[in-house]
Amino acid sequence: MLDTKTATGEATLIVDDLHVSVAGKEILQGVDLEIPKGEVHALLGPNGSGKSTLAYTLAGHPKYEVTQGRAIWKGQNLLELSPDERAKLGIFLAFQYPTAIPGVTVANFLRLAVKNVLGDVPAVEFRRQMRSVMSDLKMDDTFATRYLNEGFSGGEKKRAEILQLAMLKPQLAILDETDSGLDIDAMRVVADGINKLKNPEMGVMIITHYNRFLNYIRPDRVHILHEGRIVRSGGQELAEELERLGYDKLLKEVQADGR
Amino acid sequence: MAVDTLQINENYTEKYGFHDEAAYAQQARRGLSPEVVREISERKGEPSWMTDFRLKALEYFLARPMPTWGADLSGIDFDNIYYYLKPAEKKARSWEDVPEAIKQTFDRLGIPEAERKFLAGVSAQYESEVVYHSIRKDLEAKGVIFCDTDTALREHEDIFKQYWATVIPANDNKFAALNSAVWSGGSFIWVPPGVHVEIPLQAYFRINVENMGQFERTLIICEPGSYVHYVEGCTAPTYRSDSLHSAVVEIIVKEGARCRYTTIQNWSNNVYNLVTKRAQAFRDATMEWVDCNLGSKVTMKYPAIYLMEPGAKGETLSVAFAGAGQHQDAGAKMVHVAPHTTSHIVSKSISKAGGRTSYRGHVAVYKQANDVSSSVNCDALLIDDASRSDTYPYMDVEAEKVAISHEATVSKVGEEQLFYLQSRGLSAEEATTMIVNGFIEPIVKELPMEYAVEMNRLIALEMEGSVG
Repeated sequence: MLDTKTATGEATLIVDDLHVSVAGKEILQGVDLEIPKGEVHALLGPNGSGKSTLAYTLAGHPKYEVTQGRAIWKGQNLLELSPDERAKLGIFLAFQYPTAIPGVTVANFLRLAVKNVLGDVPAVEFRRQMRSVMSDLKMDDTFATRYLNEGFSGGEKKRAEILQLAMLKPQLAILDETDSGLDIDAMRVVADGINKLKNPEMGVMIITHYNRFLNYIRPDRVHILHEGRIVRSGGQELAEELERLGYDKLLKEVQADGR
Repeated sequence: MAVDTLQINENYTEKYGFHDEAAYAQQARRGLSPEVVREISERKGEPSWMTDFRLKALEYFLARPMPTWGADLSGIDFDNIYYYLKPAEKKARSWEDVPEAIKQTFDRLGIPEAERKFLAGVSAQYESEVVYHSIRKDLEAKGVIFCDTDTALREHEDIFKQYWATVIPANDNKFAALNSAVWSGGSFIWVPPGVHVEIPLQAYFRINVENMGQFERTLIICEPGSYVHYVEGCTAPTYRSDSLHSAVVEIIVKEGARCRYTTIQNWSNNVYNLVTKRAQAFRDATMEWVDCNLGSKVTMKYPAIYLMEPGAKGETLSVAFAGAGQHQDAGAKMVHVAPHTTSHIVSKSISKAGGRTSYRGHVAVYKQANDVSSSVNCDALLIDDASRSDTYPYMDVEAEKVAISHEATVSKVGEEQLFYLQSRGLSAEEATTMIVNGFIEPIVKELPMEYAVEMNRLIALEMEGSVG
């Protein structure tokens, strides 16, 4: 669906007045957000502010009902596409709680995913790439033969998500609380993995609860989501301010600023 | 080896559902009578004891009522079935000698290619008779007998007669009686003591004519310390009216021997598949059934293992897939006759588009059979709300010291799983197929690799158009 005003075909995400309901309750109440090509943006906000809802909506989860607004990406309204079509357009969501697929090995799953998203690569080349990324993420070779997310520890699940991110080479990676549940060492491994993948062709939206993760991955822009709206945007200093004040104080300031 | 996903878009009718205009050497009549049975026996030039056996079995068949405890069999019209069709005058031992039309059929099904690649011996049965047979020279030299059952009766009557119908008597059940009366073809395997047949022996069964009944009879004897893996595959064309496949398989696994019997049943969806399979495992012997049922209109099949002596082990791994209009009533039976025996049943079923799967299992432990352990795991996966799965586990335990476990689960393909896979670029159909293949993976990984690949591909075919 081409839109004449924004039909640039550019890998810039423009979220425009997005309203989303889950089970009849409106969670996102008019989100406006722009992530220009290749930029790293952080989305912070207290529990229940709608961060994950935004992530799932952009990826196309059927549970999230879009009642208003658009998300323009490469000249199309993402919200009209099926999840696999979005993936093929370069959108990737790293899940906070990736689900287990018993009986399906990481390697077999990745092979088909890569084939669908990027086109077929020879098996030898595929395995070489996969081994190389796994080694960066400090994953054992046998990891590829394990069943996807089945019996994975929290850290293994997050690393498996980053492995997929690396193999699928998206142009917009949405990381939904990828840092949650990780100890400091695991977080560093994951953050190093992401930093290594960062490139001018890949925009990143980091959804996180805490500022800590942003010490490892420096964002170009920081947005604060509250009650389904972006209430403040700024540079890295906004994250530092949030760290200093906490959500309560910062949000009070926002309100005092005349919203 | 990667699954060739380009082939996923083919459907059954194109791949297996064709039929060819074969000329039949001897055209039989429809319907069943003592005359028909006598005629079959006469044409085969059988000894009189076999003719008598057949005629007695026919009496049993006629006397027994239709079983009503399982799937609906009311659609079977016994008077409209061809009980015997002979497609060729002579059995071929070289592929070139197989009649052209039949050769084309098996060429299309990939049989000669499969043989070249990975089989120790192949048998191909077309309608009632085995039309092609080969076995590797080294196995023949070791004394392994692998031939069709008719040939075995002619050439190895002594061994044959010693074991014939000892595991499944003619009067065991209505369809075993029918098979005993009109049996033709099937495989006969005798593995000498201590001989290990390292690569699988295979038989391929094909029904070509509408309203055909195929009644092959297989007898496998593993002498002490031997090993064999036998694989069978089945297909048929898609016709408007039904065909009947009613086989009997008897297996004797002697002391310390091991036998694995793998089936990939992919009959077209108008075949009634009513099969009696039973094995006896003696001291320290191992019997394994790997039973995959994808096709047919109705399947009733419960491979059984009688654990006759201490140390015997039985394992049945089964997969059933039921699509629209299909009922897979499958399961397993374990009979612990002796103490210190173990059995293990794993059953996985998938139902979609209103298809119905039933697990029907029976674990029996005889009174003197103490120190027995048995485990049963049945998992059912439903693709949609229209489909159905039932579990009928029966247990008869007369002994006191037994360890028996039974676990059953029913699950639906989850929205979260589908979304997760779709978000990685898989279509809804690919995602569902992957979930289903993952579900049956614990059993598929037990198949020889070529069959595992084929199995995954068949699942993809079955899943085609299943996601809306």
